[in-house]
Amino acid sequence: MLRYALKRLISLIISLAVASLVIFFVIEVAPGDPAQFMLGMNAQPDTLAALRAELGLDVPKWERYLDWVGGMLTGDFGTSYTYRTPVADMVADRLWVSLPLALYALTLSTLIAFPAGIYAAARRGRAGDVAVMGATQLGVAIPNFWFAMMLVLIFAINLRWFGAGGFAGWDKGFWAGIHSLTLPAIALALPQAAILARVMRSSLLDILGEDFMRTARAKGLSRRQALWRHGLRNALIPVLTIIGLQFAFLMAGAIIIEQVFYLPGLGRLIFQSISARDLIVVESVVMLLVFAVIVVNFLVDLAYAAVDPRLRSRT
Amino acid sequence: MRRNLWLGGALSSLVVLAALISFVWTPFDHAAMNIPEKLQRPNAVHWFGTDHFGRDIFSMIMVGARTSIAVALVAVGIGMALGVPLGLAAAARKGSWLDELIMRGNDLIFAFPSLVIAILITAVFGAGAINAIIAIGIFNIPVFARITRGAALSLWEREFILAARVAGKSAARISVEHILPNVANLLIVQGTIQFSLGILAEAALSYVGLGAQPPTPSWGRMLADAQTLVSLAPHLALIPGVAIILTVLGLNLMGDGLRDYLDPRLRVART
Repeated sequence: MLRYALKRLISLIISLAVASLVIFFVIEVAPGDPAQFMLGMNAQPDTLAALRAELGLDVPKWERYLDWVGGMLTGDFGTSYTYRTPVADMVADRLWVSLPLALYALTLSTLIAFPAGIYAAARRGRAGDVAVMGATQLGVAIPNFWFAMMLVLIFAINLRWFGAGGFAGWDKGFWAGIHSLTLPAIALALPQAAILARVMRSSLLDILGEDFMRTARAKGLSRRQALWRHGLRNALIPVLTIIGLQFAFLMAGAIIIEQVFYLPGLGRLIFQSISARDLIVVESVVMLLVFAVIVVNFLVDLAYAAVDPRLRSRT
Repeated sequence: MRRNLWLGGALSSLVVLAALISFVWTPFDHAAMNIPEKLQRPNAVHWFGTDHFGRDIFSMIMVGARTSIAVALVAVGIGMALGVPLGLAAAARKGSWLDELIMRGNDLIFAFPSLVIAILITAVFGAGAINAIIAIGIFNIPVFARITRGAALSLWEREFILAARVAGKSAARISVEHILPNVANLLIVQGTIQFSLGILAEAALSYVGLGAQPPTPSWGRMLADAQTLVSLAPHLALIPGVAIILTVLGLNLMGDGLRDYLDPRLRVART
């Protein structure tokens, strides 16, 4: 297990290193000089040079790359070009919206998908199964930002149960915050729930065909008892992997959904920074998202290997 | 499940047909503004109503289908053109440094949240259909590489491949002449699925303003335009959304149906 963990850790580090290189150089080749952008076209050359020096743009690329990576390792994400505040603080503020949103959506998607998937598997081939599978087909076909607009139209504009956008802030209390994240979380959760329900169903169906399930039935358990006692636990392994992967999709999907609801999250920060050519913010936020995805995948792999020793021999 | 194939095929053909017809005919000029007739509900003259500039939505949907299909199709093309040879090469040289390099590279692309990177690419290199295609296409490469490699690996163990090797054919020739035709079905099915994902991705990118630029109509930007008007004219948001859903649904059903039709052995619950 230790050997496996070590091997995965090395590949994690390589992935992160390559990812940081790619992100840094993609942004480096971007047209537009941030200093020029901040000062306007008529800036004096010496003012420009001074600002470039202040922003640290005058040193060689590789040196800036090392600075950037080294800074991130110690929690220093650099200073925003436009706001002149530490990027780490800006990210931390926004994370308080994006992270709860992703977790909220993950919870909702799991709460919808588990019963739906189990129900469909238990009623395989019958009307209930067909209905659930039909609904999931529709669920994966609906763009979540469009679904979000429909939710706003119905629940915010017509029924007035929720605000149409914006974030109340956690300082107004936990429930006020949750309330303003509810529609975005539902919009985010829907397609994920559809995918998860399908995984749950097919994983359960695989397990139902196993010998030990026949044994369980043979020793006198009813279909339902066998499903709950032996089937579910074994079917859960692939489902947990997908949940881990979904977390990544939710963080990324939140970027679009935040636009629909005008939520002050990481997604809005990325878009604002892109249009202001605040590249250091874009770099750091994208790297943070990639970091989150890679680390979550790593943890899921480890958990997987801890549960199922057969996987450790595979690489 | 032949029903899936027919229903999906019909829906997809409808969209493709609308896109093709739009080259020669649309009820109105899709870009013509007609302010006095703005924000009309669907009616006999404007079948899907008009938008805030009085443009005919039916015509915009038809031309928008063109954009969606073009972007998604070329993105799938990129994924196949690069991913399939990579997958074939990795399988032919299983366990070699080449295989290792290709598969690790794939893992890396998979690890990136695709939408974030697509946003990054289009934001850095400029918004537009071409950059949207590249951004979506990049993420299709590992999908096709992996699925080709997986299928090719099991084929390499088969007798007819052994026979070809005994006959003195090179690995490259075997890959092209014997492996490729046998993974083609799988690629067609995966291609349909990636096509539908491409449509969704294009819609998302143009919704945030990073896809095709005006005056080229796109379903995603129609939705973005509709957002502030949604309480006034819900049909502005409803119609492009339904167009996207029906297209994606049609392609997914067709993918399912094709898989069952082309290879009954693969008839497993799709996840």
